[in-house]
Amino acid sequence: MADDHDHDHSGGSELSEMDARVRALETLLTERGLVDPAALDGIVETYEHEIGPHRGAQVVARAWTDPDFREWLVRDATTAVASMGYGGRAGEHLIALANTPEVHNMVVCTLCSCYPWPVLGLPPVWYKTPAYRAKAVRDPRGVLADFGVTLPDSTRIRVWDSTSEQRYLVVPMRPDDTEGWDAERLATLVTRDSMIGTGLASAPSQETVS
Amino acid sequence: MNGVHDVGGMQCFGAVRPEPDEPVFHAEWEGRVLALTLATGALGAWNIDQSRSARESLPPAVYLSSSYYRIWFEALEGLLGRSGLLDGGFAARARTWPEMKSALDASNSFARETDSPPQFAVGDRVRARMIHPAGHTRLPRFVRGQVGTIVLVHGSQVFPDRDAVPIGEPADQTPEWIYAVEFSGTDLWGPDSDPTVTVCVDAWEPYLEAAS
Repeated sequence: MADDHDHDHSGGSELSEMDARVRALETLLTERGLVDPAALDGIVETYEHEIGPHRGAQVVARAWTDPDFREWLVRDATTAVASMGYGGRAGEHLIALANTPEVHNMVVCTLCSCYPWPVLGLPPVWYKTPAYRAKAVRDPRGVLADFGVTLPDSTRIRVWDSTSEQRYLVVPMRPDDTEGWDAERLATLVTRDSMIGTGLASAPSQETVS
Repeated sequence: MNGVHDVGGMQCFGAVRPEPDEPVFHAEWEGRVLALTLATGALGAWNIDQSRSARESLPPAVYLSSSYYRIWFEALEGLLGRSGLLDGGFAARARTWPEMKSALDASNSFARETDSPPQFAVGDRVRARMIHPAGHTRLPRFVRGQVGTIVLVHGSQVFPDRDAVPIGEPADQTPEWIYAVEFSGTDLWGPDSDPTVTVCVDAWEPYLEAAS
């Protein structure tokens, strides 16, 4: 259909069906005065562009460079993160889990998709799939292999199942050969997956030049 | 309820497939479903535990064959139908963007004061009760009956099993103490599983009993 060229979601019949159903519901709710389309636009804009893992990366990089902040973050992540201006929905009760050579932390929500929105944004699709939710608690090394990551056999793996309103942020280990880097530069090495525990922070050779 | 959403430990779903450079939304309607869910949720006709319960109560075939935001959409239609929002049974006014923005930025703590002291402390051994609640619950099946160790005391918070009452009934937000409980992987998955793995689950006090 020629019209498809005007949309970025012309994938298949299910997407078209969902597009129609969602538009119909939005129209109904707007006509009844129950939602304001401008508020819907604002929500989408916020989660698409404003809130995302760049925030968590700033938190982690600061923890790498500021021992007092790191101690605060591990002791009371909600308050420490709020001091950087981040908080709100799905981040009311934050807990930071610091990785060490002895212990690697990995976060999952086996029942659905609980995730620390104010510091990581909305979760990626794989985090919400039955595949990840099923496998992370039983075979976390297998999950890491799916991400191309191998940890030493001597490292203990602690999986955190987010079954409550506590939301967990992993603080990955600081990569080697980054002495003297400031927090802003270090933040470019902090990947989203490293803050979930399915990845590690990038090596300096993989530095993202922005 | 022992629902199809409770997938921890299942072996039939295959590998995890990360998507490079994944967009926040894969279609425009996904963002609208997120926004509609948050905007209608702000009207107060249901709470977050009722919302979760609605998603988990979808027919199993629908749940497993639907994408994430389709699950949200199907559940939202059900919530709207039961809430009285569409037939005037529950009067509400659309939140403006400034109101909605404030609500998203606010810290709506789930903590609630209680006069009861916590029954358990860090280091205590506890058993996850062998229970199968008929209604909403956040105790995953894979830990029921297993013994673990308290590693964190989170505080006293709203108890989802009581909060997720049928839509229209007053929610009971009487709090319960909540803990992180660590289980050994070999206790959960048997002697052939990875001995270096432990799994921590957040559990409210009614889910737990003292173990030696």
